[in-house]
Amino acid sequence: MSTTQESFDYSAHIPSNAEKFRQRTLPLLIFAAILVAIPLTGPSRTVYTLMHQMGINIVLALSYNMLLGRAGLLSFGHAVYFGFGGYFAMHAMNWIADGSGIWADFPVFLLPVLGFGAGALAGAVIGWPSCRRAGTTFAMISLGVAELIASGAFMFDSFFGGEQGISGDRMNGPELFGLTLGPISQVYWFIAFWTVVGVVGMYAFTRTPLGKLSEATRDNPQRVQFIGYNPQRVRYLVFIFSGGFAGLAGAMAAVNYEIFTPDAFSLVPSGFILIMAYVGGITYFVGPIFGAILLTYMQSMMSDFTDAWLLYLGVLFISIVMFAPRGLAGIVFGFSAGLRGPRPRAFLITWLTQLAGVALMLIGLIVLVEIAVRWSNGYGEVFAPFGLPLAQANPLSWLLVVAPAIAGVALSRRAARMREAQA
Amino acid sequence: METIVFALVNGVIYGLLLFMLSSGLTLIFSMMGVLNFAHASFYMLGAFFAYTIMGATSFWLALIFAPILVGLIGAAVERYGLRRVHVNGHVAELLFTFGLAYLIEEIVKIFYGKTAVDYRVPSILDFPAMQIYGVDLPAYRIFMLFVAIAMLVGLWLLLKRTRAGLIIQAALSHPHMVGHLGHNVPLIFMAVFGIGCALAGLAGVIAGNIFVTDPSMAVQMGPIVFVVVVVGGIGSLEGAFVASLLIGLLQNLAVGVNASFADIFGFLGLSAASEVGSITVSSLGPVLPFLLLVLILIFRPQGLMGEREL
Amino acid sequence: MTSPPALSIRDLSKSFGPARIINGVSLDIAPGERHAIIGPNGAGKSTLFNLISGLYFPTQGSVLLNGQKISGLPPHQINRMGLSRSFQVSNIFTNMTVRENVRCGVLNTMGLGYSFWSNIGANKAAHAKTFEILERCGLSDKANVPASLLPYADQRSLEIAITIAGNPDVILLDEPTAGMSQSETARAVELIAKATEGKTLLIVEHDMGVIFNLADRISVLVYGEILATGTPQEIRGNAEVREAYLGDEALPEELA
Repeated sequence: MSTTQESFDYSAHIPSNAEKFRQRTLPLLIFAAILVAIPLTGPSRTVYTLMHQMGINIVLALSYNMLLGRAGLLSFGHAVYFGFGGYFAMHAMNWIADGSGIWADFPVFLLPVLGFGAGALAGAVIGWPSCRRAGTTFAMISLGVAELIASGAFMFDSFFGGEQGISGDRMNGPELFGLTLGPISQVYWFIAFWTVVGVVGMYAFTRTPLGKLSEATRDNPQRVQFIGYNPQRVRYLVFIFSGGFAGLAGAMAAVNYEIFTPDAFSLVPSGFILIMAYVGGITYFVGPIFGAILLTYMQSMMSDFTDAWLLYLGVLFISIVMFAPRGLAGIVFGFSAGLRGPRPRAFLITWLTQLAGVALMLIGLIVLVEIAVRWSNGYGEVFAPFGLPLAQANPLSWLLVVAPAIAGVALSRRAARMREAQA
Repeated sequence: METIVFALVNGVIYGLLLFMLSSGLTLIFSMMGVLNFAHASFYMLGAFFAYTIMGATSFWLALIFAPILVGLIGAAVERYGLRRVHVNGHVAELLFTFGLAYLIEEIVKIFYGKTAVDYRVPSILDFPAMQIYGVDLPAYRIFMLFVAIAMLVGLWLLLKRTRAGLIIQAALSHPHMVGHLGHNVPLIFMAVFGIGCALAGLAGVIAGNIFVTDPSMAVQMGPIVFVVVVVGGIGSLEGAFVASLLIGLLQNLAVGVNASFADIFGFLGLSAASEVGSITVSSLGPVLPFLLLVLILIFRPQGLMGEREL
Repeated sequence: MTSPPALSIRDLSKSFGPARIINGVSLDIAPGERHAIIGPNGAGKSTLFNLISGLYFPTQGSVLLNGQKISGLPPHQINRMGLSRSFQVSNIFTNMTVRENVRCGVLNTMGLGYSFWSNIGANKAAHAKTFEILERCGLSDKANVPASLLPYADQRSLEIAITIAGNPDVILLDEPTAGMSQSETARAVELIAKATEGKTLLIVEHDMGVIFNLADRISVLVYGEILATGTPQEIRGNAEVREAYLGDEALPEELA
């Protein structure tokens, strides 16, 4: 029709193949390479357990971010789809053990495919009434549905297995890739494989027309109507996919733990998924991956060190909501962007000042919380970091609460002033 | 007969309690657009503060000072937390209150332990006041009824008879207009948030001792209060009132019915041995509010009496 | 048989509660016609646009697009039938680049629907179409700028670019030059003329210069009713129109 389209060279304005490789393919390859390299370090059983949980949570947090980050839908019930995927995989695992009909030929390794199906189906059923509206209404419906299913799960024992849940044995049926899935080091390959499938699948989704429309619907649902799309339908389709990937994570968990209980549906895991994704940073694709890795690590390691780890988690979450809404990924990318900016030196000084301020406030908080926890336990334990006993009657304890806190606030304010001066 | 009377009385009292919580939440939600996830946490704080104050002095001082304390904390949360997050939109505000609920629960666990505290009904009110159809009605339940009604009247007078009440009413239906009238909107928001939290605290003071005062009481109560607000309709205190009573009665009446689905739907061929058939109505009690919520959101998103859609 | 009008508005009314904002408007616009709607503030021009494009449902009457009834359909279906509109306040996807904004607009005509199996980045036809639109709207050198960082006049151009991206037959522009300087307006008029070549255009505008440059015919909307319809010359000479304008704001000098 117009001649400009032949004469105008638009290739200069779209990412070249080299750029695409560097920005998209390469990080995925590095991620896969790390997963392949981990077993070479000869990890202990604890490390394997931790890695498996991380893999599951990475897929789960990313699937959640398809809703919150990409489609602007805040859900308080994402564990529901994880739970349905896991339960269905659990039942399928038992059918495989029975070995009747087609189940005799179904490898346990492929259970996540069924988990995806179950999660997507749950998404298709529940999403139908939920996705007509976004915003607070959507959040409320998700909460109501989650509560409904969490309390209803105890009424249908044949599917949910009552309080004991459903358990199974993954070492049945045909083997795939020569994996019996018996030893934990073999389960690792199962988890690693499906983590990569999940990550690649969800990244690919962001590149499809539907993925782009999902972002468009988040930003401006009204305009989406006037480019010929129904925002409700966009949300609904995204919701189904999100449920599917959550179900995939659920099936990964089913194979890993060989048990699923109705607690998987409750608000606690749903809240944890939300916190993982948000702390990691919902505006970046990798954000939830960061969040899943960090919080899974904190969950398993910090609960050994302190009784108050949930309190620290709460403080971390609130701080991110208030002061760093782009999450950890935002902090990381902001840091690298600042260093490549016009005044890297000034930026670095400001950044370090801020870091020192945060660290000092954290010291004050930790001393306060740990003393309080020991006082509350009533066992007469004394908080003694680095061998320094800090009883609650010791004035030094309170000095170590107040002084770092004040210094930390002062440094943060200074950093804020420096940022203003630079802007 | 006695079970029905018992369920009715308890239902009304529970409903009024729910209204004490939901009235504050509705005010906050309608005016500020913030669905305060932590609202039930303030209810919990009320109960725990009352336990502490009652231990040191008396129940009557707790009745006065615990809600005030909770209200002040609420106002501080609005001033130093919510207001900061406000620029990032409603989802950020919702997330903030979600985190706050989390945090309050953990802090309470540190100060009061993870199990229930021994917060008791004051001995002066610990006697059966009257009998209805052979059912003992404890004096404390009647006292709860009075407090709830007093609160209802107080709130009504505040809203209908004072200048501040008029502004709040205007802000309920037209939140963006109040600023144009030259009122100090941030101050109004802070006050409403504080009062809403204080009412939740009051509910905690009078309910914590007949239910259980433990760190999970917020998580148990919170979602039900949401249900009340949404079912009643955004911006409608009347709706919240009706929905509170409705859910209070529904839950308490369901608990009193021992019939199973098989008894009710037996004519459809549902067997008592089947899984669905063996579900009893009484076991549905905890599920009913959420069923109601989902149905309302699907079929009548503006709620029973709301004018605005969510 | 002559072909049906591109857009036919028949006895259209809209009430909000007791207030009747649009009252029995009838208007036929021939294919390829450039029709302007003018009128004082609060006359119901934006409401009329919202009725035609499906944002509101009419209380009474109907709207036909190429002889097919569109009133009562949701906006996205009307859009798919070939009617596209712009907004008075820039209504773009702020978190995307200019290129991505326009690409969203072309998805539908590329037959991509709600597709989740193809990679949009690898779609050569979508790229070509996107850059053809960007070029036509003078935005190709700003293709990779985030939309939220565009200067105001360029945001208005982007608004038009998204509107025409879906290759509609009928285009509704709601005050496309509002808030622009004189030179920006002149460029915008040029852009609109170029971008809507061969299309049916319905435009709401306050700037009389723009209207007399662009429009084949003009309708004057006052208090929800059409006071007069005619060529620019006819409208210029209409006494009733002058009166209606005098009541509201200063007489536009082009009319005087």
